[in-house]
Amino acid sequence: MSQNGARQYRVEHHTVYRYSEPVLLSHQQLHLTPRPLDYQSTQAHEVAVEPTPTLRREIIDAFGNPVTEIAIESAHSNLDIVARTDVHLTAPANFEAGSTPDWQTIREALRYRAAWRPDPTILQATQFLFESSHARVKRDLRTYASDCFAPGRPILEAATALMAKIHGSFKYEVAATGVGTPVMKFYEQKRGVCQDFAHLMISCLRSTGLAARYVSGYLLTRPPPGKPRRIGADASHAWVSLFIPENGWIDLDPTNNVIPSFDHITVAWGRDFSDVTPLRGVINGGGIQTLEVKVTVEPVENAEKESAP
Amino acid sequence: MNYAPKSDRYDEVFDPNGHPHRHWERLAKAATRASRAVLSRRALRIRRAVEQDGVTYNIYGDPKGTDRPWEVDLLPFVIGKEEWHFLANAVAQRARLLSEVLADLYGRGRLLSEGLIPPAIIHGHHNYLWPCRGFEPRGGIYLHLYACDLARSPDGRWWVIGDRTQGPSGGGYALQNRLIVTPLYENIFRSLGVQRLANFFRTLQQQLGALAPTDDEAPLVALLTPGPYNETYFEHVFLARYLGYPLVEGSDLTVRDNRVYLKTLQGLKRVHVLLRRLDDEYCDPATLRTDSTLGVAGLISAARAGNVVIANALGSGVIESPALTGFLPAICQALLGEDLALPSVASWWCGEAPALEHAISHLPELVIKPAFPSMKLEPTFGHALDSAGREVLAQRMRATPHAFVAQEWVRLSQAPTWSTEKQQFEPRVVGLRLYATASGDDYEVMPGGLARVAPESATEVITMQRGGSSKDVWVLGDTMVPWQSLLLPRLGARNIVRGGFYSPSRTVENLFWMGRYAERVENVGRLLRSTAQRLTESDPSRLAEVKVLTNLSERARLRELATESTAAAQGRKKAPTTTGAEWLITAVGDPRVINGMAANTARVLYCATQLRDRVSLDHWRTVQRLARAHEPAPQTFEAALTILDTALPACTALAGYAFDDMTRDDAWQFLVMGRQLERMAFLSSITTQVLALPEDDCEIVLGALLEIGNVSITYRARYQRQPELLPLLDLLLLDESNPHSVCYQLAALGGQLEKINTKLGFEPFNDPRSLLEALRRFDLAHLETLPPYQSEPLSALLAACERCAHGLSDELTQRFFVHAGERPQTSFAA
Repeated sequence: MSQNGARQYRVEHHTVYRYSEPVLLSHQQLHLTPRPLDYQSTQAHEVAVEPTPTLRREIIDAFGNPVTEIAIESAHSNLDIVARTDVHLTAPANFEAGSTPDWQTIREALRYRAAWRPDPTILQATQFLFESSHARVKRDLRTYASDCFAPGRPILEAATALMAKIHGSFKYEVAATGVGTPVMKFYEQKRGVCQDFAHLMISCLRSTGLAARYVSGYLLTRPPPGKPRRIGADASHAWVSLFIPENGWIDLDPTNNVIPSFDHITVAWGRDFSDVTPLRGVINGGGIQTLEVKVTVEPVENAEKESAP
Repeated sequence: MNYAPKSDRYDEVFDPNGHPHRHWERLAKAATRASRAVLSRRALRIRRAVEQDGVTYNIYGDPKGTDRPWEVDLLPFVIGKEEWHFLANAVAQRARLLSEVLADLYGRGRLLSEGLIPPAIIHGHHNYLWPCRGFEPRGGIYLHLYACDLARSPDGRWWVIGDRTQGPSGGGYALQNRLIVTPLYENIFRSLGVQRLANFFRTLQQQLGALAPTDDEAPLVALLTPGPYNETYFEHVFLARYLGYPLVEGSDLTVRDNRVYLKTLQGLKRVHVLLRRLDDEYCDPATLRTDSTLGVAGLISAARAGNVVIANALGSGVIESPALTGFLPAICQALLGEDLALPSVASWWCGEAPALEHAISHLPELVIKPAFPSMKLEPTFGHALDSAGREVLAQRMRATPHAFVAQEWVRLSQAPTWSTEKQQFEPRVVGLRLYATASGDDYEVMPGGLARVAPESATEVITMQRGGSSKDVWVLGDTMVPWQSLLLPRLGARNIVRGGFYSPSRTVENLFWMGRYAERVENVGRLLRSTAQRLTESDPSRLAEVKVLTNLSERARLRELATESTAAAQGRKKAPTTTGAEWLITAVGDPRVINGMAANTARVLYCATQLRDRVSLDHWRTVQRLARAHEPAPQTFEAALTILDTALPACTALAGYAFDDMTRDDAWQFLVMGRQLERMAFLSSITTQVLALPEDDCEIVLGALLEIGNVSITYRARYQRQPELLPLLDLLLLDESNPHSVCYQLAALGGQLEKINTKLGFEPFNDPRSLLEALRRFDLAHLETLPPYQSEPLSALLAACERCAHGLSDELTQRFFVHAGERPQTSFAA
């Protein structure tokens, strides 16, 4: 599509709430602005909100994600939010899995001991080392992951094996779970959506003593050859990022059993879903609410390429 | 003194030789001189004072109801002058230190990066509030009010066993104890120079007032409570009154334009400071726990913008973790450059491998505590476990070592405590809670506190949640201290307040519905009692009357579950007098009957519970009497009748309290309007139904209608003959001197609405005054030509009255309460 393996995408994330009775007051937090990364930059971006908020503020949350806070203080029966982004991706750094450090060394590096003076990156990684509201630290999960984490195994090999194991033994099924489904419920019923896959893998990694974070973003679903792109069929997506001291963080997508390269657009990361929910809010009134979400991710044809002979 | 201390603990009064400690000499002598009868009388006086002031402590899941009387011992807990000097300095230092720790954890992060605190204790804590990172609360102060739990070991040394940093409880009980106990010891109290508490609270007021981001407005400080189901709700009410702050719940507040407002009958009032008793995670459902219905959406944003001061700062709960204690001495050196004055009881955080091994190998000597409150784990005493129990515990600890803390097991000290059962002093385990408030850059410690006394059976854990008593804490000084109190200042003519305080919308709404439900219980009760009395008489001529009344009850939704219940009860043997009357037993006692007595009584109780700070104790007790009258659920017809005979006088008493026991401010008007609307709707509805009956049915039910309308006495006095339709209609509908007539309600409502309109501007579409005119113009002569009844014009008017009642209720709700009481909805979208 473009030189040097770079990609350009246009993302449209459209959320509509309809209320059976007027909402009198609404406070919402939006994680809809992709965070800038070494391999990801935003060319154009806007978040349009209808009705116009009484108050609107752009802040950066505790994990470095851009957040839009809005308050609507007049009565309204619809809330319509469209985030449009043109994003430019280059390939993230590639690791040779076999040459990454062994996982036990990393576990020890993250462990507190007397007279500890942690390196700042290590200290930051400990934010993603413990239980959080959607991620559990449990003996069962450590046991589940243990055959992937043989002593001395390079961490990325082990994590890739865990990703494959989860992908192989859990089934992707829309509507099998909801936003509040506990990860252990998914672990038992073995069916769920990308969010559950990510929470389970994060829980297994943290139960093993490793730091893992939840990444929220978008995935380009490739159409079958010759078929038109399925507008609106793409959804917001979630995957996992694992801490490897020398290399930084590396993403793993257990729902698709891949290490993301060009198809994953990162919006935000946190300890789990609750830190980076695309929209979360509290309303007064509203009666019965219905929600509609549409996400479209389209490759933007490169102008240079078009003009090329 | 008839008292046998146990020798394995430190005794707060006597040394091992049986002599009182020096600071106890005077009081011990007095207690020894007092006869058993005198002591017993004192204990009784204390209990009466507790009852009179309505001091309670609620226990979750207590089968005896949520209110338990507070217990205060007749002997105080005394601290000598030198010892106090040491303790006060140590507690102030600890408050200063912990405030600095919070500033670091939410700010620079030096403690984590220098390895002075293990990341697990903070990053693994559910109540470390990430959204609060990186902004400094006003004045840089995190702890405005701090409490410290202390215990004394057998060698007489004090140890800190816990820190309370979110919304420390008990300060109000300490004050209340002082008010109750002092009158027993007037002379001794003064001559010992016992330090007064009032200055401490004045400092707190000054501190909060000075920090308020007022933008040149008069500062409004409110006390934020989780509500009446919280165990220390009494204290919230008491402290709010004492400090002169409105007591508010989350649903009383709203965030607009990043500022916090109190929703009141009079409009939105800006709140500048919230003294909170609500835990961190519940404070803002927009950012924190979304399932919280107790908090205020947008509160964190408002705090971040500096538009409101929250005391204590949001996120301060994280340092209550006992995991932190072992690290405090080094932290104190790093942050304050001082030695920690008062040591914590020896503690090991198990996240370090050597500490874990030590803890597991020394379990019998240790107490194992959870590092995080989210674990919902009680402290476990190693010595109380058998070897299998220890093995299970050890396994749990190995699985998540960082979530456990091991503490040395300290034998707490004891103090003589009066036992009412044994009529003598008994040694009881005691712990001390001390309080500090920020004062400028430093902390001031309350010269007193709350001594918590374990119940007889417990020797390890002191928690008010499990029962137990308390003691007033006396700090001795040099000189006689003049009496001063925030509670009883001498008021000048200029201080006189009439009506003044804001009426929170939620309070007004609860008053309105309390009025409506109380009236509804009474109406339903009269209908059921009139029916029941006729059912008991075996006179067959009554059968037709009973049938009509049963139909009326059905229309009043009193039989909605009756068919099911009858079917379920068919196997049961029927008593002869209850034939066909099961529905009535259910209508009285089964809360599932939609409009039954039990259901409506529960609604009255709910509203009254929400209004505990507005209803008098006697008023509250009457509500409770009404509620208890329905327990246990009646199984027989006689039991149901007994309930009705108990409940109806209680209802009348409630009406009396409504009119004669409450201040007639704006909010009170809504209580009265609630009653009037409900009565008008009921009378209009039942009269319309009677008018619609065939002539014979109508005639036979008139006697009952007199009872149901509560006008039998007046009717008999006026007419001295059998009930007839026309005089009854006059009395029940048109006679404006009868407080139970429809016209009386219309006139009274009209008057109330006029007052409200003048003050708040409100002109409802449903106007009772036009209906009043129409009814006044109605000539009963239309009904003289019998038969057939020419009742249609009257019925139409009555139907309009009923519609007006419901319509007006909706209008009041929309205008004055619509924001309040609504549960915020939460939403996520992926």
